[in-house]
Amino acid sequence: MSTRKNTPLQSLRVLSGIVLITWLVLPPIPLAIWSFAKGWYFPDILPKRWTLNAWEYTFSNTAGVIDSLWITIWISLAATFLSILIGVPAGRALGMYKFKGKEFIELLILAPVIVPGIAVVLGIHSVFLFMGLTNTVTGVILVHLIPTLPYMTLVMSGIFANYDAAFEDQARSLGASPFKTFWYVTLPAIMPGIIVGGLFAFLVSWSQYILTLLIGGGRVITLPLLLFNFATSGRNDITGAIGMIYILPGIVILLLTAKHLSGRSGAVGGFGQI
Amino acid sequence: MTHVSLKNLSKIYPGTQMPALDNLSLEIPTGELTALLGPSGCGKTTTMKMIAGLLEPSSGDITFDGKSVLDEKPEDRGAVMVFQNYLLFPYMSVAENIGFGLKMRKTDPNQIKKRVGEMLDMVKLPDLGNRKPSELSGGQQQRVALARALIIQPDVLLLDEPLSNLDAHLRLEMRDLIRSLQQEMKITTIFVTHDQEEAVVLADKIALILDGKMKQYDTPQAFYDAPIDEATARFFGSQNFIHGSAKDGIFESSLGKISIPKNIKTGQGALTFRPENVQIQQDGSKDNTFTASVDNIIYLGTQTRLKLKLSDVEIDAIVNPREAQGLSIGDQINIRLPAEILWKVN
Repeated sequence: MSTRKNTPLQSLRVLSGIVLITWLVLPPIPLAIWSFAKGWYFPDILPKRWTLNAWEYTFSNTAGVIDSLWITIWISLAATFLSILIGVPAGRALGMYKFKGKEFIELLILAPVIVPGIAVVLGIHSVFLFMGLTNTVTGVILVHLIPTLPYMTLVMSGIFANYDAAFEDQARSLGASPFKTFWYVTLPAIMPGIIVGGLFAFLVSWSQYILTLLIGGGRVITLPLLLFNFATSGRNDITGAIGMIYILPGIVILLLTAKHLSGRSGAVGGFGQI
Repeated sequence: MTHVSLKNLSKIYPGTQMPALDNLSLEIPTGELTALLGPSGCGKTTTMKMIAGLLEPSSGDITFDGKSVLDEKPEDRGAVMVFQNYLLFPYMSVAENIGFGLKMRKTDPNQIKKRVGEMLDMVKLPDLGNRKPSELSGGQQQRVALARALIIQPDVLLLDEPLSNLDAHLRLEMRDLIRSLQQEMKITTIFVTHDQEEAVVLADKIALILDGKMKQYDTPQAFYDAPIDEATARFFGSQNFIHGSAKDGIFESSLGKISIPKNIKTGQGALTFRPENVQIQQDGSKDNTFTASVDNIIYLGTQTRLKLKLSDVEIDAIVNPREAQGLSIGDQINIRLPAEILWKVN
């Protein structure tokens, strides 16, 4: 056992810890306080009076928060499902096979992560307009695939790079049909990737603002759109309450996947390419 | 109980010119243990996968009992392959691995449990059913892989390098197990290996494949006593070749006339013989006796290998260490190559 010393590396670790906490843990705290405050003015450290008004309003029928929550969950789930459906075979092709133009395709898949969404979506908007997909939930789900697919595909290509397809040959030889082979042999092996990639896809879709705004055309109001409305209208208390609901999936997902997200897990290997 | 026959089987992988397997024809009799022997990359695993249905041949046919199986999917063929690295499913227990084939056939779970128990006894791992494959040693994994294949009572068993990942004493044990199970269940068994020793100890018959072509298909003994050509003889460890031509029981070579068995065919070729059959002689007057100078002496414990030079021909001899006692490099000795140890290759 080595004793811990106060080396420069050690102080850097402490510093980065402080930065992480300031940026990631502290910001939601004022939001939480605001949601219970009845006025909160300088120089008070805490609000003088407390109330549940903001929460009551948030869960009331007139606010539209609940409707918005359901539509956001539905869009994110659908985008995640489609990402898995497309990302698993795409990741298999990229992770396992060598073919002509592979680098180019990898670059194309990464492009949405590099190119600003707004630039892409302006082009897509005219296509969707032509196809009648603007202002519809379907259109929003489809446009969310642009940022979610790269994550899913990269996670799966990392998984498949370490995957031995001979197991599938073995299963077939022992009498398993192609479907049973996938179900009993392939799926258990790639499950960690599907879980991590799927949760990422869900979160990415969950936090979309510009894409939803432009394709949904103000008809599809997801939680971030609603949140932004309240934030710009100066209702800090309601913003705080919706904000609390909004960050919940992120926290839950982080806790669920913590063990898969360490650098040693094959599921995050694909992120090295970003 | 299946007679397997390969007819003009070829495989050319897309994007390559050289066939991985070139026009292989082979009859594998019911219930026999046949080895496909050849150096790595000679097309043996390709052949195996084609028999199992995991690869499609470019041309040719595979028949089981006279019926072509090319249109049958791997899961319907009745040919089970055991891979070199065992490929036990890591998410399943040993028992689940062994029962996999029966589960795919929708066998009743109680029946599966009973049969798995029997198989575990058969491969002598009675108490390991609940372990995970990662908790087993290499030899145990191999036995589980074998049990997993045998439980479905396949018509044809295909083994990919079954002994090569095991150390010396396990190899013998495994060899005995494979042989006894195979004899008991009378399963037509084909295995591939690059190791001639592995082929010799396990197989009833060996098919030697060099450069994608079959060289010789014979009993293990024949590969030592009557190899078809120099490459075959070399593959089985013989370095001894005397070039010349044969006629009427006499072989003319740079070493002079050598008497050979009468049944050796007339014509050009090389005489070959096993290094362990070379005799050291005190007296140089017998037939087929030559003067040799000792180039090197390699002591191997139970035997001694001598590198000898007979004028322009270099040969290997393996002798009892007692016979080699007192010899030193540069000595002149008499060696005899009795006619009955000689064989001519083309």
